[in-house]
Amino acid sequence: MIARHLKHRGSALWLAAIVHRLSGLALAAFLPLHFLALGLAIEGEARLEDFLRWTDRPLVKFAEVALVFLFTVHLLGGLRILVIENLDWREGQKQLAALAAAVSAIVAFVFLVRVF
Amino acid sequence: MNVRLYIWQRATAAIMAPLVLVHIALIFYATRQGLSAADVLSRTRGSIAWAAFYGIFVAAVSIHAAIGVRNVLHEWTPLTERRAGFCAIAFGLLLAALGARAVAAVVLP
Amino acid sequence: MHSELSVSLWRGGEDGRYETYSVPQRENQTVLDVVTFVQRHVDPTLSYRFACRVGVCGSCAMTVNGKPRWTCRTHVAKVAHGGRLEIGPLENLPVIKDLATDMRVFFEKWQEAKGVFAPTKTRHDAIAQIRPDTPARIAADAAIECINCGICYSACDTVRWNDDYFGPAALTRAWTLVNDERDGGNTARLQAIAGSGGCHACHSHQSCQQLCPQSLNPTAAIAGLKRRTVAAYLNGEITA
Repeated sequence: MIARHLKHRGSALWLAAIVHRLSGLALAAFLPLHFLALGLAIEGEARLEDFLRWTDRPLVKFAEVALVFLFTVHLLGGLRILVIENLDWREGQKQLAALAAAVSAIVAFVFLVRVF
Repeated sequence: MNVRLYIWQRATAAIMAPLVLVHIALIFYATRQGLSAADVLSRTRGSIAWAAFYGIFVAAVSIHAAIGVRNVLHEWTPLTERRAGFCAIAFGLLLAALGARAVAAVVLP
Repeated sequence: MHSELSVSLWRGGEDGRYETYSVPQRENQTVLDVVTFVQRHVDPTLSYRFACRVGVCGSCAMTVNGKPRWTCRTHVAKVAHGGRLEIGPLENLPVIKDLATDMRVFFEKWQEAKGVFAPTKTRHDAIAQIRPDTPARIAADAAIECINCGICYSACDTVRWNDDYFGPAALTRAWTLVNDERDGGNTARLQAIAGSGGCHACHSHQSCQQLCPQSLNPTAAIAGLKRRTVAAYLNGEITA
């Protein structure tokens, strides 16, 4: 109805909050799979090794790059929130949010380069 | 959300911040070295340090993710706060169980 | 500058629609001037609120091209790109008619958050000597100039997503009272804002802080309340 016209939602800080929330959801969805994969070690080294070889495929590696980005951006966004909530107010919030995104992208990019 | 859940969520976040940094460093190290399953497990099996590190990590993330999911369910779905809380507890228990199993899988000799 | 503005105004209640009007554009024209023009010269059935017209009362707040603003302090030239304006009632509040909203829930939440001064003295006591330069008074003064216009409440996503949430204005007022050494109601106040719908629901999106026409900072006030409620909970003063 009217709500679709709220343009301020394009603001950098709103976007940072949405990225933080969505990255958290994605990580929450990923974690059970991650734990199940590690649990393969119960069936022996060979079973885990088979799985690790499966993750060598390019598509999986791209997914891992995305995960590294999501993980890092969630951490850095979370640190920004902890700073807002526990230290004195500081200006430059938009810059901090942009910095968090940029550093996460760089970390993910470095990971990308190393795995390919 | 209330003050008690808030404290648990922020405290587990603070606890995990250094753990996450170590974990990311490990991811880079393991992928760079091309570690095989045997390489990884030879480092983790029988290690009290890794058991403690990942044990704490699993406990903290189970609480942190559950509270986060609770908020999202309450704000973005029609679920009442109470129902969102139940779903969140279930999810938290799932993470704790699977996580403890994963830690045991790599740490137990 | 276009000679005519194309102005879409929300007409009706919750299930109304936008209707478009043509309004002559002038130099130094505010959005309130535009709405007033429509009501006086085009359609007298248009309902809207205003009072002072000079940016001190907060009555004329509406959603202008997607953002909640004081229409009397919004120059058309700054917002009417391509000669178009879209004006609707404030978000997150029930629509009474056209551009007027029902602000009762906004004020009810103010009461629930205990944004009300709890006196500790009577007229027979000496006047409290409040120094203006203590950290607490500086914090209170930085947050005190709220005139209840509803812009922050309307801008807040958490208000939209969470019916229980008190909102930035009520919590900012609670913060000024938490910092007021004359006030005697802090335990009850901290208890009120430590539960569901209280300060911990805030996600620090900061739309409130960015849009407040009085340059208040509810995000910072709420962060302060988070610290105070945590301390009060940990030392047993309040319960969850």
